[in-house]
Amino acid sequence: MLLTISTTARPATDLGFLLHKHPDRVQEFGQSFGTAQVFYPEADEERCTAALMLDVDPVRLARTRGRTAPDFSLGQYVNDRPYAASSLLAVALGDVFRTARAGRCAARPEAAANPLPLSITLPALPCRGGPDLARRLFEPLGWQVQAQAVPLDPRFPEWGDSRYVRLALHGEVRLADALNHLYVLLPVLDDAKHYWIAADEVDKLIRAGEGWLAGHPDRELIARRYLGRRRALQRTALARLAELGDEVEETLVPPVEEEAGSRPPDEEPDPQPVRPLSALRREAVLAALTDVGARSVADLGCGSGALVADLLKRPEFGRIAAMDVSVHALAVARRRLGLDRMPDAQRGRLELFQGALTYKDDRIAGFDAAVLMEVIEHVDPPRLAALERVVLGLARPAHLIVTTPNAEYNVRYEGLTGHRHPDHRFEWSRAEFAAWAHAAAERYGYDVTFRPVGEPDPEVGPPTQMGIFARAGREQEGMGS
Amino acid sequence: MTVEVSVPKLSLVVLVGVSGSGKSTFAARHFAPTEVISSDFCRGLVADDENDQSASHDAFDVLRYIAGTRLRRGLLTVVDATSVQPADRRSLIELARSHDVLVDAIVLDVPEEVALQRNAARPERDFGPHVIVRQRNDLRKSMSGLAKEGFRRVHVLRGVAEIDAATVTRERAWTDRRHLTGPFDIIGDVHGCRAELETLLGTLGWEIERSGGRAVGARHPEGRTAVFVGDLVDRGPDTPGVLRLVMGMVAAGTALCVSGNHEQKLSRALAGRKVKVAHGLEESLAQLGGEPPEFVAEVRRFTDGLISHYQLDGGRLVVAHAGLKEPYHGRASGRVRSFALYGDTTGETDEYGLPVRYPWAEEYRGRAMVVYGHTPVPKTEWVNNTICLDTGCVFGGRLTALRYPLRELVSVPAERVWYEPVRPLDGPGRRDPGVLAIGDVTGTRYVESRYGGRIKIFEENSAAALEVMSRFAVDPRRLVYLPPTMAPGKTSARDGYLEHPDEVFAEFQAAGVGEVVCEEKHMGSRAIAVLARTPQAAAARFGVDDGSAGVVYTRTGRPFFSDPALMDELVTRLRADLAPLWETLGDWVVLDCELLPWSAKAGGLIREQYASVGAAAGAALPEAVAALTAAAGRGLDVGTSLDRVRRRHANAALFRDAYARYCGPVDGLSGVRLAPFHILACEGRVPAVEEPHAWHLALLARAESELIAPTRHMVVDLAAEESRAAATRWWTELTEAGGEGMVVKPAFFPPGRVQPGVKVRGREYLRIVYGPDYTESLDLLRGRFLGRKRSLALREHALGLEALHRLAEGEPLWRVHEPVFAVLALETEPVDPRL
Repeated sequence: MLLTISTTARPATDLGFLLHKHPDRVQEFGQSFGTAQVFYPEADEERCTAALMLDVDPVRLARTRGRTAPDFSLGQYVNDRPYAASSLLAVALGDVFRTARAGRCAARPEAAANPLPLSITLPALPCRGGPDLARRLFEPLGWQVQAQAVPLDPRFPEWGDSRYVRLALHGEVRLADALNHLYVLLPVLDDAKHYWIAADEVDKLIRAGEGWLAGHPDRELIARRYLGRRRALQRTALARLAELGDEVEETLVPPVEEEAGSRPPDEEPDPQPVRPLSALRREAVLAALTDVGARSVADLGCGSGALVADLLKRPEFGRIAAMDVSVHALAVARRRLGLDRMPDAQRGRLELFQGALTYKDDRIAGFDAAVLMEVIEHVDPPRLAALERVVLGLARPAHLIVTTPNAEYNVRYEGLTGHRHPDHRFEWSRAEFAAWAHAAAERYGYDVTFRPVGEPDPEVGPPTQMGIFARAGREQEGMGS
Repeated sequence: MTVEVSVPKLSLVVLVGVSGSGKSTFAARHFAPTEVISSDFCRGLVADDENDQSASHDAFDVLRYIAGTRLRRGLLTVVDATSVQPADRRSLIELARSHDVLVDAIVLDVPEEVALQRNAARPERDFGPHVIVRQRNDLRKSMSGLAKEGFRRVHVLRGVAEIDAATVTRERAWTDRRHLTGPFDIIGDVHGCRAELETLLGTLGWEIERSGGRAVGARHPEGRTAVFVGDLVDRGPDTPGVLRLVMGMVAAGTALCVSGNHEQKLSRALAGRKVKVAHGLEESLAQLGGEPPEFVAEVRRFTDGLISHYQLDGGRLVVAHAGLKEPYHGRASGRVRSFALYGDTTGETDEYGLPVRYPWAEEYRGRAMVVYGHTPVPKTEWVNNTICLDTGCVFGGRLTALRYPLRELVSVPAERVWYEPVRPLDGPGRRDPGVLAIGDVTGTRYVESRYGGRIKIFEENSAAALEVMSRFAVDPRRLVYLPPTMAPGKTSARDGYLEHPDEVFAEFQAAGVGEVVCEEKHMGSRAIAVLARTPQAAAARFGVDDGSAGVVYTRTGRPFFSDPALMDELVTRLRADLAPLWETLGDWVVLDCELLPWSAKAGGLIREQYASVGAAAGAALPEAVAALTAAAGRGLDVGTSLDRVRRRHANAALFRDAYARYCGPVDGLSGVRLAPFHILACEGRVPAVEEPHAWHLALLARAESELIAPTRHMVVDLAAEESRAAATRWWTELTEAGGEGMVVKPAFFPPGRVQPGVKVRGREYLRIVYGPDYTESLDLLRGRFLGRKRSLALREHALGLEALHRLAEGEPLWRVHEPVFAVLALETEPVDPRL
C-alpha cells in the first residue's frame, strides 16, 4: 500500500519536478481497483520524500466486481492487497509516474538523465523467495539492499516468517530506472496469480526493462514470473470446496504435469536431467505392453495424457481408454492430445472419460491391459482394497501394469524430505510393493512379476518399480476374444 | 356370439389385417390412444405424409423404437400396422422377446369387398385395389403358420359383426401377485428336510395340520402366508413329506411356492423325459417310488404348475429361486425363467466343476426386495436389498425364514448332515463388498428425499464431487452423512452489526416456530463422528473390518487426522467417554460435532491467509500512519486519509486478535476437544428427526470429559419478550468476549421449509470472514444475497436426513451413498462462501 522515494540530491525538492507531482500538494489518482495518493511527508533542501499510497478496499471490490476482477485474489475479502506492495502497487506506480518512468522532465532534464542518490522503502513487500531473492534481483541493478523478513505473528513465534519483506533500497540510480525496476520487479517478487495477462504484456516488459533487464543475471526468472503462469482453466469448484473445507486452495490442485516431459524442479529431483524419469517410465510401460501383446489398453489415472499420446502413435493399440478422476487433468489431456482436431480414424481408437478407481466401472472392463502408472501412491491405503477389487476383481484386464516410486531410492535425491510429491499418500520400498502386489494377485487370480524402471542403483534399486500382473489361466479362455 | 379377446396386462399386441379391415377403429375402441402405435402415424412423423410408402422403412424404425421404449418401461403396447407378411411379424416378436414380454396377435379378417369399399371412401388412400388383394393373399398364406410364429395366442376375429362385437380383457400375469400384501414368512431351500421344516414352521407360530400322523398342511393364526423359494425336493431324507405339507399349504392358499431348478428337473423326470439323475434327484425318485401313483401324479401336476417368480406386496417384494435382476421383475420369457431358476452365471466353472455365479446382487439397484435361495451360504447377508435364504440345511447348516415386512430372520439348525456338499459350505464369503458403481453417482441425477422431494444434482457438480470424494474422503461405508451448509440470519440493519439475534427470532416466529434453542457456536471445525461400541459392531454395521471402531471426518468427508494412529486414539477415547450413552443408543452412533480448536485442522489456512494478511497490515499500516502524520505536520491536507489509516490500523489489530482466539496449542490429541451437539442416527433410529434438541443436549452432557466438550445453550420462548432479551444478552456477552456467535434452531423438528438452523455470528468474528475493515463497509455488505444459500441449506438438509434414514433402516450402501454424495455435489455450487 505504501512506497516512499527519497532523495538527498540538492535541491531535494527537485524530486517534485522529476515526478511531475508538486511537493506541497496531495494528489489523488483513481485506479480501477482503488485510489492512489501521492504526498510528501518531507520536502526541504536536504531531503525530500514522496509517498505513493494505494488505498484498496477489497470489500467494495468484491461486492462490485466479484470474481470478474482482474486479479482473482481480489475476490476475497480477507486479502493482503490493501497492505502489501503488490503488483497492484506496481500498476498504480506505472500509471501515476508514467512520465517520470519515461525519463522525461522539461524542467530538470539534467537531473532526469543522471543518477541521483535515492532511497526507496517498501514496508510490506510480498516476496516469494524471501529476502535473499529481493537482494538477488536488486543488487545487480546498483542498489544497496536492506531486506528484512516480517514475522507472521509476534504472538506465535513458532509460525516463523511471513512472505513479506520490509525492503529498503539505497543507491545512485537514475529515477526513471528506479521506477522501472519497481514496476517490473514488484509483480515478479509478488508472484501472485495474475489473471490479466494480455498480449501486450511482453511489449510492456521490454519497454520497462530497457537498458537493464537484458544484462540482469536473473533475466529468465524475471521474465517467467512477470509474464505469469497462464491458467487457462478455472478450478472454481475446487476452490470453493477449499474455502468451506478450511483448506488452502493449492493443496487441492490435482497432480497434473504441466508440460510434457518436464517437471518443476522441486517436484521430482532428477540426478540425470538428460532423460527425465517420466519419459523412462513411459518407455518401460510401453515395452511391457508390447511384451504382453496388448491390443487394447486402459490408462487408469491418465493425468494430462502423456502416455495416451505415446499409445496413439502406435497403431497396434487399436483401442485406448483414458480415465482420470480430475476434470482439470482431462481438460489438459484433451487439449494436449488435440482431441477436437483428431482425425476420425485415430479418434475412433480413443475414449477419454472421468472415473474413479474406487467405483466399479464397466467402461474399463474387457481390455487386454490396464495401466496404473504412478497412481496407487495417490490413493489412501485404506482405499487400496476397493481399487484392487475394481481393477483386478471387476474390470479384470488380462494384464495390469503398475508403476510406483521406490521409496528406498529417495536417499539418492539431494534435498528431498518426505515424499516425492505432496499428494503421495505413501511410497513403498521394493519389499512393501512386492508384498502388496503378491497379495492382490493372489486374491484375484493373477500372477505378478517385477521390473526396474530407470537406472537401478546397486544399493537402493531403481527409482521407479513396476509390477506386471497376468491373469492366471487366461490362455485356456479362448484366444479369439 | 361375442368373442372375448384376452391379452396379458403387460404385452405387445400385434393387430393383423389388410388395409381397411378396421384395425384403427378396433384399437381405438379397446385401448387407450397412447397405447396404440400405428404405422401411419409414424410415417407422418418421419415424412409429413401418413401415406408416403417410401418412408415405410424409417417409419417402422420409429415404431419399433417407441414400442420398445414402452415395453422397457412396462407398458402394454398395441401395434397398428397391416402385419400381413411374416417378416413384419417376426421383427415385432423379436422386439417383445428382447423386452421379455409376451406377444399376442389379433387378426381382423374382413371380406375383401368391405376393405375395398372402405379404402375407396378414403380419398387420401390412392394405392388402388390391387394392394388390398395382395395383402389378402399374404394374410391367407400366413394364417396356417401364425400360431407357430411365437405368439402366446392368436385371436382371430372373422367378419365385421364378430369384430364389432368382440371385447378385450386384460389378464394378470401369473407372476403378478402384487395385490397380496402378506405378511409373509419366506422360507429358504428345504431339500427334503421335513423335520426341520416342521420345526421352523412351529418356531414361526404356524399350526401344522396332520392326517394319519403326517403333516398335510399348515396355517398361521395371524393369517400369515408362507412363500417357499423353491428346491423343496432332492438330497434330503423326506422329499415326499415336504411336498405333501407344502402342496397342502399351497392348495389351501396359506402358501405360495416358486419353482426351483430341482422341481424343474424332477418334473421332467416324472414326465418321463431323459434327465441326468444326479445332485440328489436319485433320492427323490427312490422316495417317491414308495408312494402311491396318485400322489406321484399330484406331485407331477404341482411341480409342472410352479412358476418362475412372484411379485408381491405392490411390487415391493420379489421371490425367485435364484434371484432376479430388476429388468426381469414381472416379465415372462425363456431367459427370465432361466435366470429365476438357475441364476446368472459367468459361463465359467470353478475347481469343483460347478458354474461360477455372476454376482448380480452386487449390481442390483432396484427398489423391490428380492428374496431367493439356490446358493448355499454360511450366513445370510443383505446385499443391495436382496437376500439369499439358502443356509444349507440339507448339508448340515440351517433352515432359514425371513419375516416380511419386518426383515426379521428366523432359523433352525439341521438335525444332521443329510447330504455331503460338493463344494465346502463355508467357501468364499459372499458379503457385500462395499464397492459402489460409477453409475451410482455421476451424471445429472435426481435424488428422492422424504423431506425435500426430488432434488436435482447437476452433472458438473457430480463431476467435481467425484474428484473430492475419491481423492480425499474416508471410506464410503463410513461416510454415512455430510452436514448441510447453514445460512446466516437475515441481515441486520442495526448500526454497527451485520448479524443480530433479533432478526433471527423474528424470522422463526414468522415461520410459526414457538420455541428455539440457541447453541453457542464453537470455535472449531465441523466434524462428523461415526462410532461403534466395539470394532466387531463396526464391522457388522459398516462392513469395514480393519479393526477400527469408527472415524471422525470433516464437512467435506476428509479424515480429521491423516495419521491413522491419531485417529485410532481419538476414536478409542471417544468410545470410552461415550460409555454412559451406549445404553440408550445401541451399538453405533453418528454424531454431529465441532472439533476444537479450529487451528487443529485449519492451521495452514490461518497461517497462510489470516496471519499473512495480519503481518502485511502490521508492517505497512504504522509506516503509513507515520508518513501521513509527517505530511500533516507539513501542513498538507491529509486529515481524511490519516483518520482512515488509523482506523484501519485499529481494525487490523482487532482482526489479529480474532484469529488468534482460534489458535490453541495442539500436540497429538492434547489440546483437542470434541463438542457433540446432535445425535444424528443410531441403530434403527434417526433421533435427528425424532427428538427435540433439549433431549440431545441433555444426553450428550452426560458424556462430558476432558475430550468431550459441552455445548452451552439456552431455550427461548419466542413469544416471551423477556426470554428473547435474555438470549440476546447472552449472545452479546459471548461475542464481546470474542466468541464466534450462536446457532438458533427450532427446538422441535419443524415440518415444511423452515431452516433447521440459522447462525448469528459475532461482530469481531466476522472480521475473519469479511476482512479486517468490513465494519467500514457495512452499507455495501448489507446487500448480500441469502436466498441461494438458504435454498441450498434446505436441500442439503433434506439429503442429509435422507441418508440418515436410509442408514438407520438398513438400506444398501449405494442408497446411503447417493444422498451423501449429492450433498458434496451441491456444495460445489457457486454460493458466496462468506455466508
